[in-house]
Amino acid sequence: MTDVLVVGAGPAGLAAAAAARRRGAMVRVIDSAERTGGQYWRHLPESRPSGRESVLHHQWGAYQSLRQALESDSGCTIDTETQVWAIERRADGSLRVNLAYGDVDGTRVTETVVPDRLVLATGAHDRALPVPGWTLPGVFTAGAAQAMAKGERIAVGDRVVVAGSGPFLFPVTASLGQAGARVVGVFEASRPSRMARHWLARPWELMGASHKVSELAGYVAHHLRGRVPYRTGFGVVEIHGTDRVEAVTVARLDADWAPVPGTERRIACDAVCLGHGFTPRLELAVAAGCELTDERFVRVDGEQRTSVDGVFAAGEITAIGGVDLALAEGEIAGWVAAGGRSADASVRAARRARDRFARFAERIATAHPIGASWSTWLQDDTIVCRCEEVDAGTLARVAESTASVGLRSLKLTTRAGLGLCQGRICGRSVEQLLSGSSGCAAFADGATTDRRPIAAPLRIGDLARAPQSTETSPHHIP
Amino acid sequence: MRVVVIGAGITGAACARVLARAGYDVTVVERGAVAGGTSAMCEGNLLVSDKTPGPELDLAVDAAVRWPLVARELQDELGPGFPSIEFEPKGGLVVSTTAEGADPLRGFAASQRDVGIDAREIGADDALELEPHLNPEITAAVYYPQDAQVQPVAAVEALLASARRAGARVMTSTEVVGALRDATGRIAGVRTSRGDLHADLVVNAAGPWAGAVAGTLGVELPVLPRRGMVLVTTRMPHRVFRKVYDADYVGATQSGDADLQTSTVVESTAAGTVLIGSSRQRVGFDDRLDVEVIREIAMKSLRLFPFLEDMQVLRTYGGFRPYMPDHLPVIGEDPRLPNLYHVTGHEGAGIGLSVSSAELLLAQVMDTESPLDPAPFAIDRPTLAPHLQEVAS
Repeated sequence: MTDVLVVGAGPAGLAAAAAARRRGAMVRVIDSAERTGGQYWRHLPESRPSGRESVLHHQWGAYQSLRQALESDSGCTIDTETQVWAIERRADGSLRVNLAYGDVDGTRVTETVVPDRLVLATGAHDRALPVPGWTLPGVFTAGAAQAMAKGERIAVGDRVVVAGSGPFLFPVTASLGQAGARVVGVFEASRPSRMARHWLARPWELMGASHKVSELAGYVAHHLRGRVPYRTGFGVVEIHGTDRVEAVTVARLDADWAPVPGTERRIACDAVCLGHGFTPRLELAVAAGCELTDERFVRVDGEQRTSVDGVFAAGEITAIGGVDLALAEGEIAGWVAAGGRSADASVRAARRARDRFARFAERIATAHPIGASWSTWLQDDTIVCRCEEVDAGTLARVAESTASVGLRSLKLTTRAGLGLCQGRICGRSVEQLLSGSSGCAAFADGATTDRRPIAAPLRIGDLARAPQSTETSPHHIP
Repeated sequence: MRVVVIGAGITGAACARVLARAGYDVTVVERGAVAGGTSAMCEGNLLVSDKTPGPELDLAVDAAVRWPLVARELQDELGPGFPSIEFEPKGGLVVSTTAEGADPLRGFAASQRDVGIDAREIGADDALELEPHLNPEITAAVYYPQDAQVQPVAAVEALLASARRAGARVMTSTEVVGALRDATGRIAGVRTSRGDLHADLVVNAAGPWAGAVAGTLGVELPVLPRRGMVLVTTRMPHRVFRKVYDADYVGATQSGDADLQTSTVVESTAAGTVLIGSSRQRVGFDDRLDVEVIREIAMKSLRLFPFLEDMQVLRTYGGFRPYMPDHLPVIGEDPRLPNLYHVTGHEGAGIGLSVSSAELLLAQVMDTESPLDPAPFAIDRPTLAPHLQEVAS
């Protein structure tokens, strides 16, 4: 008996579920991970409780209270280790959500749900730009390194270099330190002038987000205290090693991220964490038919409604904004999905928080754009698509020889983005390499790497069996 | 002589190539990108095995001879730096999985042998030697050495690259919005979203959209889309060696029924994935995912290859096959609008039939001897007449 189906049990999804419950709807939350909390609140399993979670996680208290409230609530079902493998748009305008549960490597049970309302809170992947040598063991995305530190308390190495762009590098560095690694350098590609211009312009807008600023200040203080060298306008342009990472070359980057010749310096290390921002997980929103913005996030109105009737979106799929924005958007999405209005007093605080943190998120995004010339640090044999082992030279050669302007054709002739991850890791990089800086607008076939009708691989045996059950929402929320 | 070819799928690319190589001044006009429609959403079949004796099979036999030559020419011309078209003369194995399916399959193969097709009826043991992972419970098997496969998108890009080397121009993101006519009412080019293109001949090779293009130019053409879905697995060790299909595939391709039909076609690709097709469904240009369709495809594939049970589906795609009401492609000049030629309506066989259709077109345009009798493919053939009236009324 589900009125509101929430996909994603990170901050946005849990906040949406709690608000929908408060408004009286029957709620079901699903998440592909083993535990709720999402990437942000990834933590040790219950069997290994730790008093340090509150130190490792910002807003840990908010997670605890959301989780406890939802877990003890008979009007809310939480299904972890459950994937949405496809969403169908039916002729009557309803959506059929196809679920698969259980061990991804074993036989799974499938189920279909036709919810009255759907809240998508699918979050984002962290993105790493390809760098020569990045396929060596010992190279991690910043998010993976943080997940290992938070979820397993494992440090990815003894001497770690962190490189990329954006404020996410701070918490990653902090988590690595807490897990016992020595971070030998943090290299932020954005230049100090750009960061200062956008972080510090119109400081009054940040008043309301002051704890955000102090969170960042806390990280900066941590770096100074821990004597972690933090350099802006620098990037890792090559990773060295034979069987695993032995060193990196860092170089000064110009405003567009092209390495400045003569500034290279070699640093010995045994692990590298790369984080160049985030890519929203859009496949379910695309499958549901939701319109995207020019920046390729899910377009929502002030009530978190998408362009599709009955479908709401919250959190990182609407803009990369961090936990506070995700919590506020989730609360509004859940409340309105359950029949409320964003003007209701019950969500007034969430509304204010959303406006405040949205401005903050916008400023961070403007301060840390991906530089248009990053591809200049690639070498011909630098792998871009890891699943299919397609290198930068092949992409360039095929694009030139076929003169193709269709992304679909380029993918099928190079095989970039066709592997197991279906372009989740390389998609945006492949698009940029094939189209120049203009992105998907340059492709004449209107294709993007965000469309994945099969949102999660499924055993043919599981697909072939009829779903165990089919549930349609009994109510219609006005 | 200037020729405008409308559509940069396999058919447009094949036509552009032969025309350009014959000395015509060719411009290909494509609404989207090269290989952006049906050609990018299919399996790359070069089959004789699924065709009933008649003009379409004659065309397929011609194509089976032509493809190895075209593949070699393209490779020699474009060099190793160009993506391979992955031409594989791997042969087809058609099996029946039911007791009642065995005799019709044997009878069908016999009728093909009568017209010279190499259709070898083999026993279950021989079939299992060809395909060790095949379900041993099969009731009949026919091996077709003439069946082959290409990577369709690479094939389109290669044919067009070859056409460009012979002087053809390709205009993408350019939509045809009308016809230019001369004083006598003949077509004299096309109006496009990027301006007028004057031409002596216009070739409509817009696949399932050829009906709409014909309408824009001022004539009716009863070509309809029929949707086909394909599943793609993750990469796996090579376990499917031929194009293997269930005999009821033949029934599906030859049927005009609007309802969903699925019949299993399983094959490996050079990349190591396995393609599992396919469905036939008349749902207009509706491209929404329907899980029931892909479930039926998955279910039936297990009848052929039980090991697929544990393999993972990674992707699915659906394309629109250009379908004529009498199941024959249209290749030739439109008597209602002289100098306009249509080359479309190949349904699920367009990749294979493209190179031969292009030769038929070239022979008509140049008024030289045709490799095959063009009459069965003419737009004014008797079997199409009632449908033309239907559209006109």
